[in-house]
Amino acid sequence: MGQSLYEKVFNRHIVREVTPGQYQLAADIHLLNEVSSPQAFEALREQGFRVRHPNRTFGTSDHSIPTGGDPSDFVDPMAATQVEAMGRNMSAFDLTYFDPAQGEHGIIHVVAPERGLTQPGMVIVCGDSHTSTHGAFGAIAFGIGTSQVRDVLATQTLLMEKLKVRRIEITGRLSPGVYAKDLALHVIHVLGAKGGDGFAYEFAGEVVDRLSMEERMTLCNLAIEAGARCGYVNPDQTTYDYLRDREHAPRGAAWDQAVVDWDRIRSDQDATYDDVVVLRGEDIQPMVTWGVSPDQSTPVGSCVPDLASLTDQEREATRDVLDFMGFGSGAPVQGTRIDVAFLGSCTNGRLSDFEAVAAHLRGRGLRVAPHVRALAVPGSRRVRNALIAKGIDQVLIEAGFEFRDAGCSLCCGMNADSLKGQQTCASSSNRNFRGRQGSPTGRTILMSPVMVAAAAIAGEVTDARLFFSHPNAAGGAQ
Amino acid sequence: MSFATDNRIESISGRGITVRGDDIDTDQILPARYLKTITFQGMEAHVFADSRAAARLSQRLHPFDDRRFEGGSILLVNRNFGCGSSREHAPQSLRRIGVRAIIGESFGEIFAGNCVSVGMPCVQANADAIATLQRLNETRPQTSFTLDLNDDHGSQRHVSGRARRRAAPAAY
Repeated sequence: MGQSLYEKVFNRHIVREVTPGQYQLAADIHLLNEVSSPQAFEALREQGFRVRHPNRTFGTSDHSIPTGGDPSDFVDPMAATQVEAMGRNMSAFDLTYFDPAQGEHGIIHVVAPERGLTQPGMVIVCGDSHTSTHGAFGAIAFGIGTSQVRDVLATQTLLMEKLKVRRIEITGRLSPGVYAKDLALHVIHVLGAKGGDGFAYEFAGEVVDRLSMEERMTLCNLAIEAGARCGYVNPDQTTYDYLRDREHAPRGAAWDQAVVDWDRIRSDQDATYDDVVVLRGEDIQPMVTWGVSPDQSTPVGSCVPDLASLTDQEREATRDVLDFMGFGSGAPVQGTRIDVAFLGSCTNGRLSDFEAVAAHLRGRGLRVAPHVRALAVPGSRRVRNALIAKGIDQVLIEAGFEFRDAGCSLCCGMNADSLKGQQTCASSSNRNFRGRQGSPTGRTILMSPVMVAAAAIAGEVTDARLFFSHPNAAGGAQ
Repeated sequence: MSFATDNRIESISGRGITVRGDDIDTDQILPARYLKTITFQGMEAHVFADSRAAARLSQRLHPFDDRRFEGGSILLVNRNFGCGSSREHAPQSLRRIGVRAIIGESFGEIFAGNCVSVGMPCVQANADAIATLQRLNETRPQTSFTLDLNDDHGSQRHVSGRARRRAAPAAY
């Protein structure tokens, strides 16, 4: 009987079964950030441990780094202390640090793939839930907590239970103006934010086969928002074309050998799954969230729930969410006035995300609505440099976006980029939780980067497909 | 930072704290602005900081400010508790404020793993059982619960705990 990639890769990394169903699992690479690692380094020191595999351990500072231009220009002394501690720890334990002071930084889930660190068949761990991103390459990649960061630093292994595997097959094609972000939000909408509990998600089917690596990263990034600890796509020629010649990828004969091996870890044709879900690409519309959980979403042309149509139990919780978000019962999401537009994050902060936006803005004289603050935050310095080389920075700046330095920025509200009061943000990030973007009462509406750009210019949530065809007809704020 | 990991936890007793609601994420349990420290010390001061402030503004009482639950050590929650960010700061803060175990319908997986790391087991029970426990806890907050973790093979993650009512306090 055939096996899935998850099973094959997991089995290859088992050191031993500790208790029934619980394994000591080896990690190929361990990624670190400044938020979840300092206490782990401290514990290592207290217990007199060294880092077991310094050459498999990489880190950067991304969550609390300023994006105003100078990454050392902290307004918050605590953030400064945290980033200083990160640099000190990386150096004391002789680990590879993508140092902001050297302009090598970015969001770790953007930096590792672009340097070829993320490879098929690996087990990748990091003290950050969006580690699922790396599954795009056919790796098993998942977020861990600080105690586990300590364990992996000391042993390069961790305790892990085997997950069930759900294959999610998306047939057909995506319609024009529908992006990987919409696909991911659709999956979360259909299966729920807790639907993936206990599962790894295997994304497959014609639609996924056609996605670029950056689109696959967007999809796998959001697996955690579907409740799945990790998500992955089987490696194929798209994977290999992306990876070849990146600095940490194998070279020469080692590359050829690696490709043979990577082909072997693909899920078998007759693999068995714990569950299979088939969705149609043609059914997917541009999606927007209306609530405080990523499964509270709707196609952009539809409305938030009508409270009268809900059960008594659902009604109270939904009323509370709609009140928080400022929506009336059954109201359309389209036309919601926004205050802030955010392009960026480990979900949608890569080159192709900004290219897609620039393709709609270039040479059209479109301007961000006067009442909107629009931020474009590249996912890494490399992305930023590439955008400058292509002149996309100028397209964004001319349209009225602030073109900022790399970091997590407004996705998680840990640096100076945060919402204020009840501001509403059209955001290409990954979480619409209460308070997520830095203001306890701030409101987040998740959508694709192109939809964020349309909202920035219209000054309100709008269907980007219609808006960019007739920018002067749609959008009330021009 | 580490709590005793070589001592098996076989049974936990204490009064309850009911926190109702599905999908209570780790950003709510411990807002991101408190993650800028390099130690977990003092994290207990920030448990549910924003939810508690919001409750105060609307003249409601958050369970962690409710005198009835003061000193409680067993958290009673609903579905998908602790979803979202992997921040261990969330379970660290709960553990440091005195929570010793969490009983819920389901949990965010990374959160549940982190809870085990800090010696605070997450135990699953079905919706009806949770509803009964929460109702009992809210109507008779002095009730003490005992959680027996020896029901299955010692795997704290999936142990099906029995939370039983011990002795009704004299006041009732």
